[in-house]
Amino acid sequence: MKSSFVEALLVVIFFLNLFVLGTSRLRSTITASAAQGVVAGFLTVLLHTNHLGRALVVAGGTIAIKGALIPTLLHRALLSTKTRREVEPYVGFSASLLLGAVATGAAILFAERLPLAIEHQGMLLVPASMATILTGFIVLTTRRKAITQVVGYLVLENGVFLMALLLHDALPSLVEVGVLLDLLVAIFVLAIVIHHVQRDFSSDGADVAEFHRLRE
Amino acid sequence: MLWVPIVVPLLLMLVAASVPSSVAATARFRPLLVPLGGLIHLGVVTLMIVRGEGAPGQSAGQGGSSAGWDSSWGWGWLALDDLSRLVLPLFSVVFFACSLYVPVYLRLRQERSNRVFSAALLGFLAMGTLIVETHHLGLMWVALEACALATAPLLFFNENARSLEATWKYLLLGAVGIALALLGTLFLAYSALYAGIESTLVLDDVLREAPRLSRPWLHGAFILLFIGYGTKMGLAPMHTWKPDAYGESPGVVGALLAGGMTACVFLALLRFFQICAAANELAFARQIFVAGGLFSVGVGAAFMVRQGDYKRMLAYSSVEHMGLLVLGVGVGGVAVLGALLHLLNNGLAKAAMFMAAGNIHRAYGAKTVDRVSGALDRVPVSATLFLAGFFALTGTPPFGTFVSEFTILRGAMAAGHVGIAAVLMGLLLLAFVAMGSTVLKVVHGPATASTEEDGARGGGGVRFRDSLATVGPAIALLLGVCFLGLVVPTQLNAALLAAARMIEGGRP
Repeated sequence: MKSSFVEALLVVIFFLNLFVLGTSRLRSTITASAAQGVVAGFLTVLLHTNHLGRALVVAGGTIAIKGALIPTLLHRALLSTKTRREVEPYVGFSASLLLGAVATGAAILFAERLPLAIEHQGMLLVPASMATILTGFIVLTTRRKAITQVVGYLVLENGVFLMALLLHDALPSLVEVGVLLDLLVAIFVLAIVIHHVQRDFSSDGADVAEFHRLRE
Repeated sequence: MLWVPIVVPLLLMLVAASVPSSVAATARFRPLLVPLGGLIHLGVVTLMIVRGEGAPGQSAGQGGSSAGWDSSWGWGWLALDDLSRLVLPLFSVVFFACSLYVPVYLRLRQERSNRVFSAALLGFLAMGTLIVETHHLGLMWVALEACALATAPLLFFNENARSLEATWKYLLLGAVGIALALLGTLFLAYSALYAGIESTLVLDDVLREAPRLSRPWLHGAFILLFIGYGTKMGLAPMHTWKPDAYGESPGVVGALLAGGMTACVFLALLRFFQICAAANELAFARQIFVAGGLFSVGVGAAFMVRQGDYKRMLAYSSVEHMGLLVLGVGVGGVAVLGALLHLLNNGLAKAAMFMAAGNIHRAYGAKTVDRVSGALDRVPVSATLFLAGFFALTGTPPFGTFVSEFTILRGAMAAGHVGIAAVLMGLLLLAFVAMGSTVLKVVHGPATASTEEDGARGGGGVRFRDSLATVGPAIALLLGVCFLGLVVPTQLNAALLAAARMIEGGRP
């Protein structure tokens, strides 16, 4: 019962990956990455019932930071720019959806061949993590808007977070909270930078393609 | 005592951040907190080194039993082992030298608020120390990321379009690198879990259990960590943020990053080399270090050719020297000693060189050779330092870099890597010629007029001149490099040997 619920949540993760790849609306991509973080937070509790107290702390922190604080920061950064949509990505939306589908398939095939501990075999967690990491890379490399790149980084981070769920004993809560805080500060700083990009580069929305002053 | 050099800068950072800027007096004295923090740090570190404090197993007061490490309160994970005993003083000295320069620099730039700059510098000091002292690989990751984030406002100090672009690249590329490093750290923990050992990220436990770790996961972890921390260290081909970041940030920030932070990241990388060595996977780790190192030396040297921007040139020189460090450790044997000595030499020389470059930048308001020449007339002391620093960075006697580069080459020959040694020699020569042509253009020739580019000149049109505070720290650092080239004191020699044994032998 419980494990089928976990699997269902992991399917949601896969679905959100494809959603981030296929949509051009920046607001939706931010929300999708946040939703992914919230799902990951719930998974922490579901998978770590033997350390429930600690899992609750980490899950609470994850949901608060990834589900509320970071999207708020990004939405505010988005308000300071004029764009609402990703325009002319280096790889089109349908093409990147296709890439995402291929990445998901590759992740599932690859995870089957990985030497996993018996309790993790056949679990969707590892392929979900890998597919999410790959999705993050696709978004990071194919999008031009500063905000979308940050969303790509968040998706990548969500993927790493899912991998961390395999290892609740190795990571003490101090470290897990530290990782979350670092992430929060990183997004905070990036949001400030986005604000300045909008001001200094007279574009219709923070567009990293305009970064070409620093070339050899 | 181990927590003092972390907590004191953090407290000073809070003071710097909370002191109001509206009161002229406090705003004027705020930058002095940075040298104060640097001085306390240096004092405490010296005391700890002299008293031999903080050896692993002693800090918890439980005679090395691993139970002492398990406290969820992180101080139990702090230790000074033979490796950190080498890196921490270097970091402290570089920071102290730079901190003496900071108040003068901020006085020249009174148009900018010094609050964030001062606070970020102190945060950088605290987190850098945590990287070096911690024996928990997860906490080390957190500290490294925090350290990198603390430097973001430093890079962005000029708040113009160019520094914005540099900061963006630095943050985003660094974030991706650090995410891969986290994944690698998780793989490392999983390699224990898969082998049926209780998974842990405490360095001492990992080293003890290393021979039993699952090989595929360990290999995957090492590759990911090499890429991840290699990005932060600026190894090619993940170095692309480096010329932008070093080129656009104030000279003193370049000095801290190239002289101090790279050493901390290198230490982080060495931890995993150590684990591989303890797991009897030395050959595997060496292969990766040699390939990555040689490639970085090559890229660094190649991009220095006809590099018209002397700060970017220094960044590529940093790529080259990071490659040299990694290559030295990868070659093994006596080259490890050379690499460790080179870590010290390069840290000191790079910091001095960036400060001299910063002075020249300040005097001319430009940093490209088509607009800067005749620095010997304009800022004679800084230009002389720049020239001397060039000789130090290219491994010319009597500077210590000659000894360390020679040792690395000797190690490569001794290990039978004649081809690598030959290529390395060629690349070092290329770097010498390439760097020399840029440096000489800056230093010699008729003095050009200064320009107002980027508003980089001193406030109020004050003409920048050499003063004791702007050249003193760099002179002291270069004298240090020179000293290391003439004699390696017996204590230092013993420390280098112990650290090298630790890297290759794996066990603490």
